[in-house]
Amino acid sequence: MIAELGLGLLWLAAGLAIIQAVLGMLGLWQTNRPDLGNAVRPVAVAQAVLVGMAFCCLIYLFIVSDMSVKLVAANSHSDKPLLYKVSGTWGNHEGSMLLWVAVLAMAGGGIALAERRVRRDTLIATLMAQGLLALGFYAFLLFSSNPFERLNPAPQDGQGLNPLLQDPGLAFHPPTLYFGYVGMSVAFSFAVGALITRDVGPAFARAMRPWVLGAWVMLTLGITAGSYWAYYELGWGGWWFWDPVENASLMPWLAATALLHSVTVLATRDALRAWTVMLAVVAFSMSIVGTFLVRSGILTSVHAFAVDPQRGSFILALMLIYIGGALALFALRVGTVREGAVFEPVSREAALVLNNLFLTVILGVVLIGTLYPIVAQAFDQQVSIGPPYFNPAAGSVALMLIVVMAAGPLMRWRSDSAPKVLRRLAIPLAIGIVSLVVVRLLAPDMGVLPWLGLSTALLAGTGSIAPLWKRNLLRTPLFTWGMVVAHLGVAVALAGMAVDSAFFKERLVAVNEGETTVVGPFSVKLVSVEPIIGPNWTAIEATMEARRGDGQPLTLHPQARNYSTPPTDTSEAAITTYIDGQLYAVLGKQGQDGRWQLRLWWKPLVTFIWLGGFMIALGGLLALVGRVWRERRGVKSEEIAA
Amino acid sequence: MKAKKQRLILALLGLGAVVGAGLLAASGLKQEASFFFAPGDVAGIDPPLGKAVRLGGMVADKSIRHDADGVTIHFVVEDGKAKVPVVFKGIAPDLFKENSGVVAEGEFRADGSFVASNLLAKHDERYMPPELEGKMHKTGSLTS
Repeated sequence: MIAELGLGLLWLAAGLAIIQAVLGMLGLWQTNRPDLGNAVRPVAVAQAVLVGMAFCCLIYLFIVSDMSVKLVAANSHSDKPLLYKVSGTWGNHEGSMLLWVAVLAMAGGGIALAERRVRRDTLIATLMAQGLLALGFYAFLLFSSNPFERLNPAPQDGQGLNPLLQDPGLAFHPPTLYFGYVGMSVAFSFAVGALITRDVGPAFARAMRPWVLGAWVMLTLGITAGSYWAYYELGWGGWWFWDPVENASLMPWLAATALLHSVTVLATRDALRAWTVMLAVVAFSMSIVGTFLVRSGILTSVHAFAVDPQRGSFILALMLIYIGGALALFALRVGTVREGAVFEPVSREAALVLNNLFLTVILGVVLIGTLYPIVAQAFDQQVSIGPPYFNPAAGSVALMLIVVMAAGPLMRWRSDSAPKVLRRLAIPLAIGIVSLVVVRLLAPDMGVLPWLGLSTALLAGTGSIAPLWKRNLLRTPLFTWGMVVAHLGVAVALAGMAVDSAFFKERLVAVNEGETTVVGPFSVKLVSVEPIIGPNWTAIEATMEARRGDGQPLTLHPQARNYSTPPTDTSEAAITTYIDGQLYAVLGKQGQDGRWQLRLWWKPLVTFIWLGGFMIALGGLLALVGRVWRERRGVKSEEIAA
Repeated sequence: MKAKKQRLILALLGLGAVVGAGLLAASGLKQEASFFFAPGDVAGIDPPLGKAVRLGGMVADKSIRHDADGVTIHFVVEDGKAKVPVVFKGIAPDLFKENSGVVAEGEFRADGSFVASNLLAKHDERYMPPELEGKMHKTGSLTS
């Protein structure tokens, strides 16, 4: 029954999406009938509630392991721990697409409920666009990816969830990422709405900004968490692989980061109008491209759940319609967007333009590198693009971007003088240049990119706290703190990347039980290797004793696990965190002579990468809270004055 | 500066960024694209040296040999047309075994052998790397 209820709710929600779009159009057309436009808000909220309930139905089916539902039977198993039954809901194609649509509808419902600043007609147009967006993806779900499909006869038990996905990290990583990824649809709809009603200006930018910030924070968290998940779950010791699926989340982030900065220029200074609207369209377009890459089955990875050409062409068609439609609207209406306010070549606006240009270049490089193998395949050529392409191409531009990031906040709006800016930036610049020399002398063999990266991190780290210099810290607005924390986070993450890739130590050996080996500052002894049994897996577990210098010995337990449903082997790395890095141990295979393979890493400052990521997200959150709080206060004082 | 002129400059800068990204990507792709080879593709020709490429095929029967250090293995990749000896230092994936598909990432050496830095084996019985599937069907060595 619950499956039919879920499907019914989904059809109803799709029906409401149609009504939302039609009412929106009529409301804009028939200006003498305000009741039509007024109805759009409640419809958007109802649509969100219905699809949210449908999603809850699916979660319920997974919890009770209803094997008569095809999706549950194919992706779950009754002896899985409860957490993985729940997270299994979105650990498959249909369920994750339902989550996708649910987030899209909730974002629309959120605007309908909370947005009070933007012009009435622009809001109606925005909700109409959001309804049209949702419609395409409802069609995709209902016609080609029905999550509630029944299976007759029902099997005895399910086929289980991919063990790589049976991890606490997975429970939170996809929903977080989706709230960011799909939350960006709000920016897209706002842009479409403002283009339709010719309302591109500072007021529209101020209304759009908190939504973009919120989605961006979630996206940042999702990417950071995903990177850590790949790091500890895959057992390869790496934190970014330039996998197409990683790029699929990075590309919307790059566009959204650019948008976040240009929307501030538009809100504060009324410049970069057309450009901001373009970025809002591009940001969500990248989300759709990412969904296409991940969900079409065109890629082989942990994330590509099913290979089905029909689905691929369906999403491709949706992608072309939505992106093409928005770009066509942009082309039609860009002429009506007035020029923005003028600024000098040395000014904060100019620095933010540079930020946008660099981010655009990185985005282009990543997009081309990600799509190239797919295009080449169409011409029957097998090519893969990896770190040797991405690292230098994207990395070098990113370093220039980060130098601009340090300088930008120290510049005045509209017009500033170069000598003054240089004077304000003197200390960070000096630290950057000195560190270039010192690092080269101390570590002559260091690679070029880590070398420049470490110096840039020191420059940006000191530069990003410079805006607080000589300020009353208690009276500094929260959004300024947000900017400082986020920029500092970029420097911290960059320092972690540079130090880890330049100074990591790796040891690959085969040892007998009782033997000791050395990695970096550690001596590691393999004490014993024993079989153990978990809830739905068996494993061989090593006991190791690691000692740093003369310090206390520490016990590590890396495992080689074997899951029964579906039969899969995984490697569980043992990771110990120190203040200055992590010791990472992987248990390999036993040779015929009885020795065990061990792979050990000492990864200095590697934790800074994710610490930096969380700081970036925290900065965004502070800025969001600061903006909303100030606006609330502003509204109140207006009310008092009136 | 007039607003119109500024807008023109900004539009040109934006265009420049897009073109710049394209040029940067094109030069990077030219140098760093990692091509896929089956043993038959490099038989009788000089394989590209010093470039990251991938080699895919079946691990030949009874060809896996372990070195005394316990972490270096030697094996032969074949596709029914030719054979390439491969050396790999590391922990081989669980599904790496003889008479099974493998994709090795690494470089060719001047003597025609291949040094792998990473091995990708079938994730499970159903999985076959897509590029391998195409090649194997083409070379006709895939019996199933």
